[in-house]
Amino acid sequence: MSETILFLAHTEVDGSLSRVALEALAASISLNGLLVAGLIGADVQAAANGIGGCGARRFLGVAGEGFAASCYGADAAAVEALVRAAQATIVIAPQTSRFARCLAGVAQRLGGRIDTHVTNVASGPKVTRWYYRQRMEAVVERVQRPWFLLVESGTAPVWEGAPGAASLELIPVEVSPRTRVAGRQAPKAEQQTIRPDAKLLFVAGAGWTKKQADGAAHIDDAARLILGFLSATGASLGSSKSLVDLSGEGQAVLPFLSHMNQVGQTGSTPRHPKGLSTCCHGEEPHVVGWRFIRERRAVNLDANCGWSRGKADVLYVADAFAVIERVNAMLAERGVH
Amino acid sequence: MSETFHIVVCGGIVPDPLQTLEPVAGANGPALKNEMLLPHVLDPWAGHALYEAAHLAKARAGSKLWLVSLAPKAKLQQVMMTVAQRVPLELVAVDGASGGFTDSFDVAAALAGAIEAIPGLDRTRLLLFGGWESASRAAGATLQMVGERLGITEQFQGVDELTVSDDGSLRILERVEGGQHQVSVCSGPPAVLGWATGNLPEPANSPQIGMQNMRAIMPALQKAKAAQVTAGCTFASVALPKQQRETRVVKDAPVEDIAREIVDWIIAE
Repeated sequence: MSETILFLAHTEVDGSLSRVALEALAASISLNGLLVAGLIGADVQAAANGIGGCGARRFLGVAGEGFAASCYGADAAAVEALVRAAQATIVIAPQTSRFARCLAGVAQRLGGRIDTHVTNVASGPKVTRWYYRQRMEAVVERVQRPWFLLVESGTAPVWEGAPGAASLELIPVEVSPRTRVAGRQAPKAEQQTIRPDAKLLFVAGAGWTKKQADGAAHIDDAARLILGFLSATGASLGSSKSLVDLSGEGQAVLPFLSHMNQVGQTGSTPRHPKGLSTCCHGEEPHVVGWRFIRERRAVNLDANCGWSRGKADVLYVADAFAVIERVNAMLAERGVH
Repeated sequence: MSETFHIVVCGGIVPDPLQTLEPVAGANGPALKNEMLLPHVLDPWAGHALYEAAHLAKARAGSKLWLVSLAPKAKLQQVMMTVAQRVPLELVAVDGASGGFTDSFDVAAALAGAIEAIPGLDRTRLLLFGGWESASRAAGATLQMVGERLGITEQFQGVDELTVSDDGSLRILERVEGGQHQVSVCSGPPAVLGWATGNLPEPANSPQIGMQNMRAIMPALQKAKAAQVTAGCTFASVALPKQQRETRVVKDAPVEDIAREIVDWIIAE
């Protein structure tokens, strides 16, 4: 039986579709089913035109100010209406925070099933996804429909077809959620966070706050070196859980680190082309945070560090304080900032 | 400060993150090698949800807190020996498989059934808490489904902060892209909150709280109803990632050389 594939996307603030949405579109097309596009946003006509040449049989939309921002009640109602209108058997959407927060609820509402963090969609259909926080990879098939799939960024090519005038069918959806979106709160300008677009991820481990060779901890030096490195390279800053949790144990901490920086088992699994870890000594939990880092290097004092061996491309057995001090100086000499 | 809540935290148990995990073929689908022998802990994000719930319940006198957990009774009892010492809670246990290869649809049905059966639960004051994802299935699906089954359409995921206003409304910070938070204001319960890490550290052990909790936890474990949870899908394969790298170990090299090599690597396209 041929599947009816609903490619689902929400518009960005400027009315366009994000890169990950266009990747999900490519994954949708790869299944060779009856393709329907479903768009949600304040105004979705421009987005529909942008993918006008994708080969969709229908372009459906739910539009209005109530659908401009992410809100479970409104988004769930919109997605439900689109799936019903499309009579979709497979729903493919990008793994954005907006869809991650509502598609499972809609799957429940429609008696369907869902797989998230999908990294490959193949004919069958079969999908690949991770279990146990990126520690195992499984290929699964399902017979229940509708089957919702949230596709991770960077796992499919970006759809690059021609735009065209799309004949958009707007689906009326009435919602009155008890929730009002009051805006977004960005970290302070000087605050160091995970920066998804950075080419380099710098991970600070708990070793930065431990006693050094002279028997004393050097928190201020650690902070100066790390912030100097970040300032010069524009790297994203990650940390191990142990370093973040030191604050709860009353120990001296690096003041600019919070749970938002945490990578690994209970943190994020960022995707950057390069990663440099310093003073990290954990094993598997740290590997989880590094799963999607392509080139990995590490600096620490333990040549037998279990997570570095076999996981990093290069392990420098050296004092990170001394190394980063010189790295910062060399970056300044070369005019990198 | 008159608003009180009935807070239900959904929290599973998972293998200790420091354990090495290996998939094996089980009778009903994939499983973990020596799964029943692995030391388990409360799912880390569910743990954050529990600590936030306890903090809120303490601040709002008259509020109640339940922990609903689906797991094999014997493993759950082991984990509760530690968890019970952290915060005052009432356990609602459901006896069933807790591994990551079960389907969120079945798990949600079991959890929702257990919540609906809680005596004295006022669903107009219900805040349904849990981790935004588990460390096992890691799908971020179960809590939404439980909420839908309970008819709750105000839902939030990746929550780092909840503030209750004087008018009883809930101000919620959810993680979104780019290291930002979305700020939402909900008129009040019922609501679902899937927590990220929140802002609270792990509470210190309290033997007094532990003894108080355990008096009710043991009977709750004995009363636990069995739940059938299935894989819900066909697994074509389950494997560990093949990402073993040939690590070049640089020892006894001058700091100058190491720094130069790192800088060259950083600025190379």
